[in-house]
Parts: sequence; structure tokens; C-alpha cells
Amino acid sequence: MQVLLKGATLIDPVSGHDGAMDLHIADGVIQQLGPNLSVSRAQVFDLRGKVVAPGFIDMHVHLREPGFEHKETIRTGVEAAAAGGFTAVCCMPNTNPAIDDESVIRFIQSKAGIALNGLVDVYPVGAVTVGRKGEQLAPLAELAAAGAVAFSDDGEPVQSAEMVRRALEYSGMFGRPLIQHAQDLPLTKGGVMHEGFTATELGLPGMPGIAEEVMVARDVRIVEFTGGRYHVAHISTAGTLELVRAAKARHLHVSCEVSPHHFTLTDEAVRTYDTNTKMNPPLRTRDDVEALKEGLRDGSIEVIATDHAPHSFDEKQVEFSSAPFGIVGLETAFGLAVTELVRKNVLSLYQLIQKFSTNPRAILGLPAIRVSEGEKANLTMFDPAAEWVVDPSEFKTMSKNTPFGGYKLTGRALGVINNGQILWTE
Amino acid sequence: MRRLKAQIMDTVGVDRTLTRLAHEILERNKGAESIVIVGIRTRGEFLAERIARKIEETERVELKIGFLDITLYRDDLLGKLEQPQLKSTEILFNINGKNVILIDDVLYTGRTIRAALDALIDFGRPRTIQLAVLVDRGHRQLPIRADYVGKNIPTTADESIRVHVREADGEDAVLLMNPEEPDPCPPDHTV
Amino acid sequence: MPLQSRHLLGLDGMPRQDLQLILDTAVSFREVLERPIKKVPPLQGKTIANMFFENSTRTRLSFELAERRLSADVLGFQSTGSSVSKGETLKDTARNIEAMKVDMVVMRHFASGAPHYLSTVIEGHVINAGDGSHEHPTQALLDMYTIREKLGRLEDLHVCIVGDIAHSRVARSNIYGLRTMGARVSVCGPATMIPREIERMGVEVHHHLDDVLPHVDVLNVLRIQLERDAGRLFPSIREYHAMYGITRARLEKAGRAVTIMHPGPINRDVELSSDVADGEHSVILQQVLNGVAVRMAVLYLLSSK
Repeated sequence: MQVLLKGATLIDPVSGHDGAMDLHIADGVIQQLGPNLSVSRAQVFDLRGKVVAPGFIDMHVHLREPGFEHKETIRTGVEAAAAGGFTAVCCMPNTNPAIDDESVIRFIQSKAGIALNGLVDVYPVGAVTVGRKGEQLAPLAELAAAGAVAFSDDGEPVQSAEMVRRALEYSGMFGRPLIQHAQDLPLTKGGVMHEGFTATELGLPGMPGIAEEVMVARDVRIVEFTGGRYHVAHISTAGTLELVRAAKARHLHVSCEVSPHHFTLTDEAVRTYDTNTKMNPPLRTRDDVEALKEGLRDGSIEVIATDHAPHSFDEKQVEFSSAPFGIVGLETAFGLAVTELVRKNVLSLYQLIQKFSTNPRAILGLPAIRVSEGEKANLTMFDPAAEWVVDPSEFKTMSKNTPFGGYKLTGRALGVINNGQILWTE
Repeated sequence: MRRLKAQIMDTVGVDRTLTRLAHEILERNKGAESIVIVGIRTRGEFLAERIARKIEETERVELKIGFLDITLYRDDLLGKLEQPQLKSTEILFNINGKNVILIDDVLYTGRTIRAALDALIDFGRPRTIQLAVLVDRGHRQLPIRADYVGKNIPTTADESIRVHVREADGEDAVLLMNPEEPDPCPPDHTV
Repeated sequence: MPLQSRHLLGLDGMPRQDLQLILDTAVSFREVLERPIKKVPPLQGKTIANMFFENSTRTRLSFELAERRLSADVLGFQSTGSSVSKGETLKDTARNIEAMKVDMVVMRHFASGAPHYLSTVIEGHVINAGDGSHEHPTQALLDMYTIREKLGRLEDLHVCIVGDIAHSRVARSNIYGLRTMGARVSVCGPATMIPREIERMGVEVHHHLDDVLPHVDVLNVLRIQLERDAGRLFPSIREYHAMYGITRARLEKAGRAVTIMHPGPINRDVELSSDVADGEHSVILQQVLNGVAVRMAVLYLLSSK
């Protein structure tokens, strides 16, 4: 397979390159970089006005398989990821069985190898504790050796400070981060949305921002004591961001991610009782949204990750309080990020690519993608100016639970190249 | 809009007619002892008050008078795009065994009276219900007739009768109106 | 002048003229309830389904009586929702309602927003008979009717709602309705029972009853969920009664003839002492009677839209 990408702007934060560059790729390897390349017998793609970037990774995805194949399978999840411009995803361990055993990792890897011929790298996140029950450490060494890139009990926050301490100490030996879904459960008992004025008016039980903050505050103190790497999943409040900033100021290995819905929507969106506005952590206030954008701008938030959480149509077709938490995100993440962040001058495209590719790979200890001659081609192509309307019925993901149906977005992935495969979305 | 065809009664005519009705009612019921007066809202209530006053003046008695809003008993309610505004019904006395004089301004299809009869019967079991109207214009759709008629006015179905009373309209009059004409002017000029 | 909405989901956002229309129409129905035959025919041929996903004898009976007095055909359904998967129940119920061609659905549900969901999936009119901790519009309407009947107006009256505001749909609907009608509204209860940022709904917040009592015209006393909340939202029934219980002595100290309301059922001598509940300023039984008239008005006004 010979491919010539012509006329695109290449933005590569690793080399610092940001300018026009043609790419010649053969057999999955970058053969030649340079202006005005011409290669005989190569398939030529005209990418004038478009951008080529190192492949995006979504480090927070629920692929649901094994156990919940009516919501998503590894195949459909991978197809959704590729359609959204991702060449890699990290899949969370809240499967059934949980990813607390080497065999589950092997299973996921084998499925991922078949889907789209292995175009998308699927990196499992191992459970911190057996069965994600918070009681007994999972075999972290075995999981790491099998390919777990991080550890998390996502969705079941590790409540016990003692367990967080042990997990940090133990995972630290493998240089793998502990990803914490920070939520003090007693503070959010029965809660279904952000606790504040909107919840008061709607009569819905609240989940206060402090539930996230007290856990991050506690965990940061533990990190300071134990060392290790700590990553806060989907931060949602200004208070959490302050805590992360303070931890960074003390040079701790603390990082964090934000999900597109948390920098796009506020709890006001819940007013319709649309169950697609129900997620955990919940949509917060305008002040929180503005703070999170500032955190992205100043670099305190290194990563944009979707928390892609598919649920079947029927599961969401219920009263708000009975509906499961979560929305799909793989196919809207890039569009929302360009629309909310780049178009509103929060981030440059260059910074956006760092949040989607360079930074998460560094946090996870994955090798950096170098866009240079002789390197494997792992690339995301996108059109930063494309305007489109979100139509959930066109999603590749099996579930359509999104509050963004009908949204007009700017910026769309055009295709991905990875592991010798190329896929164009249109 | 409709144009005036003829004025049937003026203030004096209305008053004279009501006086006659009052006397007929007294004559038929052999005095005022057994009767109670019920006016159908809106115009009927004013006519009822006046007839009651005339009877009271003649007989030197105090009559019981009530007012009936028949909205809830209308047979065209379910077809309406919006519910008509309810007015209050005030029948603060027992009608059992009484001769109820039901009073309305115009008797036409009979449907209002049918509704009023249903409503009245929910208040008890009167000995008789007698109907007095200022105008009977014909075109009945139900087997209903008035016991006391101020004036029979033959009309065509597309004409209309307007009764004005001092209390609501500032003057007493009975007017015969021509059929509805297609509006010659744009809506600005209509009331 | 019809109502603006074809459903009654709540009083949030209901314009003043609609509130006025319902209250005025209820006056006519209140008169019907005084007649020897307390039944009128305007809803003949209409079918109304009462769907109660939560126990509520009082509200259900009140609606049923209102429906029957308007000559509607009534069918009822009651489920505590514990035996079946909750989500499936509502969805399947909605489909069944559709299939039965009912004209109106009166729904009580334990989940806030459930009637809103129902109104998006069925053709008929939906009347919210209480959803979770969100709204209970007919209760607030009957409260407003009762205040107006007793004191002649709503404007500039000071109504204080006492108790567990956070979990109260009665409180929310009253706040919306009373504020729209120009009343001054305050809430009073322990801080654990006052939801966050409720001031933004236009109410004053008090924690000490004796501070506010000398200034109020009406006390709307909410029922305390003894089993659920004692020890968690307040230390004990004894302490709750000491701080928020309405007693004759307390009212006398305030030196004001305060009208007493309660949505029922009363925990006697917890939130309300018997001598006050049965005293001359109590309008609790009028509330019950007015509830039927107000519900008749709502059903009547919505039935043609």
C-alpha cells in the first residue's frame, strides 16, 4: 500500500513541526516527508486545508465487552473510535468479568486485533482491586505484564484511604498510573445530578462537587506520602482543578483529564429531564465550565478523554432517577473540542493535539509518536473547518445515548492510519 | 357582521312585557306562595330580578331568586376548542316541591333550556318547572315550549335576536338582526 | 381565555392569568360541591386514568371524586413499583395507556420528572399528581385557593412553609405559584432540610421558627418523614418538635392570628400539635374539600384542549 498525503498541514508536537508537509507512506511506514512530494503508483489524497497529526488516543472508554455486549462490543467501539479520529483507546475494567485477570486482557487484545484489522490499539486498564470491590488488590504485576497501561476501579471509586495507599505503592513499582474516579460515595448517595440551584428546582437528589474534591484532596496527600503516579479521571469542578494545580506545584505525579461534555454543558441541560444529560460526574455549573476551560488553557488539564459510556436505548428510556449514568463520546469529542475550545480561543490546534495525543501517551508511558521518516505511521487526519450536524443514527457505536444530537459542530476527523491500515470516514 | 333589521321592543316595551309576564305567572300559580325564580345567566338573571321585583311589588312578599350557569350542562362542550368561562350558580334555597319559574331572554333551539332542566333537577325535585322567556323566535330542535312568552318573533334561521338589558348593555331593547354578511372591510374595522 | 398548556406538569412558569383562571373556575365547582346532587356532566364520555406509582390515598381519592363529579369514566392503577423493574413499568404503562385511548392521565410517581417523560410519549393530557421531590401542582393550587378563601387575597401575604423543604414537592409548587401571585414566601426548617440555593427561587430562608412567626400570615406545615429522616436529617423527633413543632403556646407568643395549613396526613404533636390542628385558625379540612373543587377545575379546563 502506497499512500501520498498531499498539501496537508502537519502538526507534530513531538518534533515541534507545524507547517505544510507532504507524507509518503508505504506498508505502514513513513517513507518520506517533504514539500511537494511526488511518488509514482501511490494513491494520492489531496489534503489541502486539512491537518495531519499524530494518532489520537482516548484514554477513558468503556467498550463494555465482555459482559455488556448489548451496549457495545469491542468491534463497534473500535469502529466508533476510528470514526472519531482515534487510533488508540484505553478500555476501562468495569466489564463482566472485570479486567482483574490476565485472561480478560488476552480476550480483549484478541478481539481488538480482529476489529478493523487491528487499526485501533486497544490498551486495557486493569482493575485496582479484585472485582472492583475495593477490598483486595488485583494482581497488578500480572496485569501490567499482560498489557494493562494503568489501573482503575472506574465507576467504583476506591473509598478506603488505606487501599489507595497500597495501590499507589504497588502500582508505582511498574510506573503505571492509578486512575481514580474521584467520588466520595456517602456524599452522593441517591444523587443523580449536580447539587445546586437546578437540582433544587427540579427536585432531583444532588451530587455535590465536594464529593469529588474531598477524595482528590485526600488522594493527593496520599500520593505525596507514597509516591507513584495518580491521574484524576474526568474532573468536573473548579475545586478539583485547584487541588490538581496545587499538587502539580508541589511536583507530584498528578495529572487529570476532562470530558467534552464537562466543558460544553452545564447542569441547566438537565431541565428537560433528558436522561442523556445524566452522567457521573454530573454536569456542573457555568463557573465550573469556565474554570475547566482555563485549566485546559494553562495546561493544568493535560488530557481530553471522552468517558465514552454506551447504554442501550431502552436503558435510557426511563425516568431520570432510574436511568444509568453516562453518554457516548468517541464520535463527538473532536468536534466538540474544536467548537468549544479552538473556535473560542481556549486552545490552539497544536495544543489540542497535545491533549488528544501527546499528553495522554506520556501519562500512560506509551512511546511517543514520531512523525518522521522510517517511523511507523500512526496518524489522525482532520478538517478543522468542516461544519457538520451530529446525527446519532449515523454513529458507529452501538448505542446512541448522546445529548448532542442536532448540534452543529466545527471540526471533524477525516481518517486514521495505524498498524498498516488506513480508514477514511467518508 | 350583522346589520339591524328591526327594533322589536324598546325600554317601555320590555318593561310592559315583563309586567305582563309577572301577572301571568301569578295568575297561573294562584299567587306567589309556592314559586321561586331562577334566571339563566347571563341575560336571564337580569330579567329574573325584574320579574321578581314586579311580583314582590304586586303581592307584597319576598321571593326567593336564584341564578343558574348552565355551562357544565351544555351538550356542545366536548366539541369546543376551549372551555367557556364558568359563571357561578347561586341557588341558595331548597327547590323541592316548589314551582320553579325558569327565566331566559330568548328561546331558540331549546338546548339551553334542556341543559337548565338537567341542572335544576340536580338541585332537587320541584313540583313544576315553568319557563318564561322574553322572546320566542322558533326553530326548536328539542320538544320544549315556553309557558310564558313575552313576544313571538318569527325569524329565519340565519337571522338573530339580540336582547339588550340595562344592567349589562346600558339599555333595554330587543333587536332583530339581518343574516351575517361577508365582511366588506378588513378586520381593522370590525369590533 | 384558555390555559396555555395542554398538560399540568407543574406551576413552574405557569403564567399568572392561568393560575387566576384555575382558582376562579374552582369557585364554581366549590358551589357544585354544596348542591344536593354534587355531580355535573361536562366530562361525560371522557376517560381518565389515575396512575399511582406511589401510595397516596388522599390525593387519589380527591382526584377520583373530582373526576366522578364531572361525570368522567375513571380507571385506576396503583403500584408501589417495588416488584417490577421501575423503568419498565412506566414505559409499559405509557404504552398501555395509549392503547386504551384514555383522554387524560393523572399520575403520581416517585421519580421527579416522570410526568414530563410521560407527556412526551402519550397523546392524552397529563396531570401531575406529585412527582418525586419536584412538584405537586394541584396541592399548591388548593393551598392557594384555601388561603384566598380565608384571607381574601394572595398578594402581599406572607406564607411560611415549615419542614423538610428539600424533599417536598408541595413546597416547590407552592413557592412557584405563590410567588407568581405576588405573595411573600419564606421557608423554615433545619439546614439539613433546606436545599441549596433555594433563595434563588425568591424565598427567604429561616432556621428559627420564632424569628419568623411574628411576621407570617399563613403557616403551611409539611409532614415529617419520621422513619426515614430521624437521626439523619435531624437528631430526634423530640428535638424536631422543640424547634419546629407548631403549638398553641408558640403561636400565642408570636401574638398573631396565623392561618394553619397542612397537606396531610399529620403527625400529631410532632410538626403540629392537636390543639392547633383542630383550632380555630386551622383550615386543614377546608383544604381537603377545596382540593376536590380545584381538581375539578383543572380537569375541566384541560379537557377540551
